[in-house]
Amino acid sequence: MSSTVAERRTSLSGKLLRWSCLLYLGIVLVFPLGGVVVKAVSAGPSKIWAEVTNPFAWHAIMLSLGTAVVMVLISVFTGTATAWVLARYEFPGKGLVNALVDLPFAVPTIVTGLMLVALFGPTSTLGVVLSGFGTPVIYEQSGIVLALLFVCFPFVVRSVQPVLENLDPAEEEAAATMGASRWMIFRRVTLPALFPSIVSGAGLSFSRALGEFGSVVMVAGNRPMSTKTAPLYVYGEVEGFNMEGALAVSLVLLTCSLLSMIAASKWAERQG
Amino acid sequence: MKPSPALQNTMTWPQRFLIGAVLSWFGLLIFGPAVALARRAFAPGMGAFFEALTDPDAIQALLLTLKITVVVTISNTIFGIGMAVVLVRQRFWGRRIVDGLLDLPFAVSPVIAGLMLIILYGPKSEIGSRLESIGFPIVYHLPGMILAGMFVTLPLVVRSVAPILEEIGSDQEDVASTLGADWWTTFRRITLPTIRWGVAYGAALVVARSLGEFGALLVVSGNIIGRTQTATLYVHDQIESFDPHGAYVMSIVLATVSFCILVGLETVQNRVRQREYAAETNEDDQGAVRQMRRH
Repeated sequence: MSSTVAERRTSLSGKLLRWSCLLYLGIVLVFPLGGVVVKAVSAGPSKIWAEVTNPFAWHAIMLSLGTAVVMVLISVFTGTATAWVLARYEFPGKGLVNALVDLPFAVPTIVTGLMLVALFGPTSTLGVVLSGFGTPVIYEQSGIVLALLFVCFPFVVRSVQPVLENLDPAEEEAAATMGASRWMIFRRVTLPALFPSIVSGAGLSFSRALGEFGSVVMVAGNRPMSTKTAPLYVYGEVEGFNMEGALAVSLVLLTCSLLSMIAASKWAERQG
Repeated sequence: MKPSPALQNTMTWPQRFLIGAVLSWFGLLIFGPAVALARRAFAPGMGAFFEALTDPDAIQALLLTLKITVVVTISNTIFGIGMAVVLVRQRFWGRRIVDGLLDLPFAVSPVIAGLMLIILYGPKSEIGSRLESIGFPIVYHLPGMILAGMFVTLPLVVRSVAPILEEIGSDQEDVASTLGADWWTTFRRITLPTIRWGVAYGAALVVARSLGEFGALLVVSGNIIGRTQTATLYVHDQIESFDPHGAYVMSIVLATVSFCILVGLETVQNRVRQREYAAETNEDDQGAVRQMRRH
């Protein structure tokens, strides 16, 4: 006699466990989510739409989307290059670099912001030099991109690196035997194999970047219509007790980051 | 895997250039800022460092962070084990929905997490005002902060335990219950020993994440002058009040602790991989762990 899954369904302790877990999930996650939906519905779609299209909110949303896109475009290149170098070459300090790649995941975001201000800020040598060239980074929109680059650095590296390490060298060697140049091999053989992992890393980065708060708070300067991203806008509205405004922008952000996460994982699944 | 010798021996100038470019970018973006922060923290000397660290407000903030972290870790670990068992071993209506919902905290901005909690449990809400009238306020008080920590770390333990449970299957558990063991004995003697590293891994991620949580805590703690501060809120407020040294010192402490946890996890994981798992299963396991670490 073997006890099957269906049989276990009837066990009382199993049911008790299930319901207590679901209750916990409800209190922490599902009921708050439901509360947001109820609040949004009771405010009415026209009120929500008005809050979203308010120029300050709209600018914040566009700024978040724009900085996230710029970050992803840069990150895709630097991340793939870093993964490539870590997987393919031996060089002094490789172990240290490999360990420090995960630093942005470990460090609290507010500390990240402080680190960037310490190196690039107006009181540092580098910051003074950058301002001298007329391109200050901290408290500007480029600072937001910098913070997002730091925070999302590991995503593409860590999704491409294992694929690259497990890639069968036979195909590349075959291409080389047939006289393909290194660049040709990379473009026609290696890159197509890496593509799904690059896209999935990019999707995760984008989703994470849209919601990033702690590091951006430190480097952005929080100027409305200039460097105030959507999460900063939401925070500002909560502080000002404009819950509808906060809610409206949150719904837009939430939708965008969920969609990009789902799209990236579905796409990678289909390719892989 | 070792790099193929053909590629390694013929390192050309373009390849050296690529390595140099990657290292420079890495140095500028990751290494440089970390060093700059450390220099700021230690510049006034070790005496000043310890003085800033033993400031009563700083100690208070660290203690509060510790308190929140302990409560969040214990409750989310217990929940995580339970939820993983339920998801893997039981079939029920809505199971897939629950599975999908669990990943939601990964997609939600911490600020929005805070907003969600305020809308449901805030003093202006139905539930919040009732609880407050019986002397149990949530938002703007410790329970709200703990709830925020639970929200952002909710999926971590489940997602590191569930793949292991799936991997081992339920044969041993079935044998134990056929031999007459009750569910608690089966769990304690069979299930728990097999998933213990997954549990430890998930719990350590919860610790690291809740030590560093900022956005959600900022929102639920409100903008009250002299509010109870966690370590990250302390960093934020010190910067706002133009006493950056205290913020630098606290940041170094937080960054060091979180990074040590991460390095420790890596070491433990490598050791476990070498000792306990067969060559084939460890790939999957590592993949699952990598998946986790992204968040």
